Amino acid sequence: MAGIDVAALSTVYPNGVRAVDGLDLHINDGEFFALLGPSGCGKTTLLRTIAGLEQASEGTVGIGDRDVTRLEPGKRNVAMVFQDYALFPHMTVAENIAYPLRVRHESREKRRTVAEETSAELSLAQYLDRRPGQLSGGQQQRVALARAIAMNADVLLLDEPLSNLDARLRLEARTFLKRLQRELKLTTVFVTHDQAEALALADRIAVLESGHLRQLGTPREVFQRPADTFVANFIGSTPMNLLDGMVKSGHIQAVGARLPLPLGLNRVDGPITLGIRPEYLTLRPVEDADGITGKVSIVENLGVTALVILDCQDGIQLGVTVHEADEPSVGDTLTALPEPGRILLFDADSGTLIT
Amino acid sequence: MTVSPPVTGTAPVAKAPKPVTFGPRWLVGRIGFYVLIAVIMVFFAVPMLWLASEPFDKNPGLAAHWPQWTLHNFATTFRNPNLVPSILNSLLLCGAATLITIVLAALAAYVLSRVRIPGRDALLYVLLLLSSVVTGTAAMVPIYLMMYELGLINSILGTSVVLSGGLLPAAIFMLKDFMDGVPRSYEESARVFGASPRQVLTHIVLPIARPGLATILVWSFIQAWGNFLLPFLLLQDTGKQPAAVIIHTLQNEGGGVDLSSLPVFSLLYSIPVVVLYLLVNRRYGFRFHGGIKG
Repeated sequence: MAGIDVAALSTVYPNGVRAVDGLDLHINDGEFFALLGPSGCGKTTLLRTIAGLEQASEGTVGIGDRDVTRLEPGKRNVAMVFQDYALFPHMTVAENIAYPLRVRHESREKRRTVAEETSAELSLAQYLDRRPGQLSGGQQQRVALARAIAMNADVLLLDEPLSNLDARLRLEARTFLKRLQRELKLTTVFVTHDQAEALALADRIAVLESGHLRQLGTPREVFQRPADTFVANFIGSTPMNLLDGMVKSGHIQAVGARLPLPLGLNRVDGPITLGIRPEYLTLRPVEDADGITGKVSIVENLGVTALVILDCQDGIQLGVTVHEADEPSVGDTLTALPEPGRILLFDADSGTLIT
Repeated sequence: MTVSPPVTGTAPVAKAPKPVTFGPRWLVGRIGFYVLIAVIMVFFAVPMLWLASEPFDKNPGLAAHWPQWTLHNFATTFRNPNLVPSILNSLLLCGAATLITIVLAALAAYVLSRVRIPGRDALLYVLLLLSSVVTGTAAMVPIYLMMYELGLINSILGTSVVLSGGLLPAAIFMLKDFMDGVPRSYEESARVFGASPRQVLTHIVLPIARPGLATILVWSFIQAWGNFLLPFLLLQDTGKQPAAVIIHTLQNEGGGVDLSSLPVFSLLYSIPVVVLYLLVNRRYGFRFHGGIKG
């Protein structure tokens, strides 16, 4: 077991695309770490560079106290689960699981023992003599995990581990994955484009965009205090409302409303971007409160909650999440009141968080 | 927004199929069609029937007919001292050519499938085009001269090298298709687990490409087995000539075709190919692939 050190790392493809661009990252020993970002942000390239499947153009990759930048993938002692699981179709489940040992010329008995032990841990014992093609998606994923674990590697890398499962199974697999990682205490890095997955699983999340690190933090930090408008927009199951506003004599002016500045913030007057999550807004009758007023145009039912879209002045749309009991009817004019302390201010030009 | 509920009961049922009319036109058309099929089938079936019947006929001829059963022809044929050696020569020659082809084609196809070389596809097509030239009739004289200079005339192994030279481009072309079908993530996965390039090839790529290899195995063996011109030119010693060459020397005292030996020989000649096909088919099964059926 070991931590991972990525220093000033760049991976440039032959066509000149800088998929990873000068990245610094430290992943702690035993940490469950998520690389999160939209497609094409370089997260998978970063993972593959850590595994050694892509060559680092600049910078270094360290695992434990070893510098592995120039090492072959097989010499790095990392295990990887691919998005398509990459189970070998011509081998049985047992042969697949014990394949890392076959490479090292371990005896047949040893291989069988390891396959049996590992498969028992992942409740695959009764499938040992089947072929991967005869298993369901969830079982295939567990076989791929078992094979990675059987390798006894320092680091486990998962490339979009849940994306090939259907929605129901994904939740089960998520819980399973988290429990497994807790038990093994194995440094695990996983790539995902699904922010909910990253928030649910990871100890820490690195949000990437075009090869750059946008934010590094715990799920709570990333969710509650996004470093910039990109992260703010990307994290959260409903997108954050980002509104143009002005700071004017100790208050924020936005969409016709006058809102208090966050506590302890002294900001000179000028334009800002106001960020507020739909979950942190409450709807009130207009006469009751001083908030952002608008007309209900769409109500999307999300089960326990509903996402209400308010059409405000100047064609600005505001999302508000309400409890199912408080669902307004379309056409109502209401005002949305932010919860105290939940307003985020971003610099209007650079988009970085001010508070 | 108003969404009309699904209409039940009144939804139009799928149109009933147009009633087929069994008129005289239809009848004539059908009859014509089957007659045509029958003629084409006879065209292909007659040589097969000939091969099945004539070896056992007292008076074998060039036409297929119901035989007067006898095994006498076999006795006559086996008296020919060249018969058994020529079949063995054929097996050796084609076995070697197939082996060389399959090993080199597998390696080349794997590399061509995985390494990005500029103009790779053009290279493959040019190779394929040239393959008919390499062992084509036009190249016979230079090939003969080259083999003569190399001292490889009358060498079965030397001839098999030339044969596989002609087979390789098409074999590489076909195999590359199979290799392309092996997902890259399989190899990357094996590499992460520490497999060497050789292990990746023998543990992962070759087993998965096995149906392709089986196809190439049978295909190149059949191609080599039926090749007459090359062994005829390069193997001049009768004791080294394969069956495909010897079969042309079957003559009776009058210089005509030896009709008692020829059918038997033809039958024996076709057996190895059929056996190979059945064996490989049973072991691996052939798949349709890229329009080429093994």
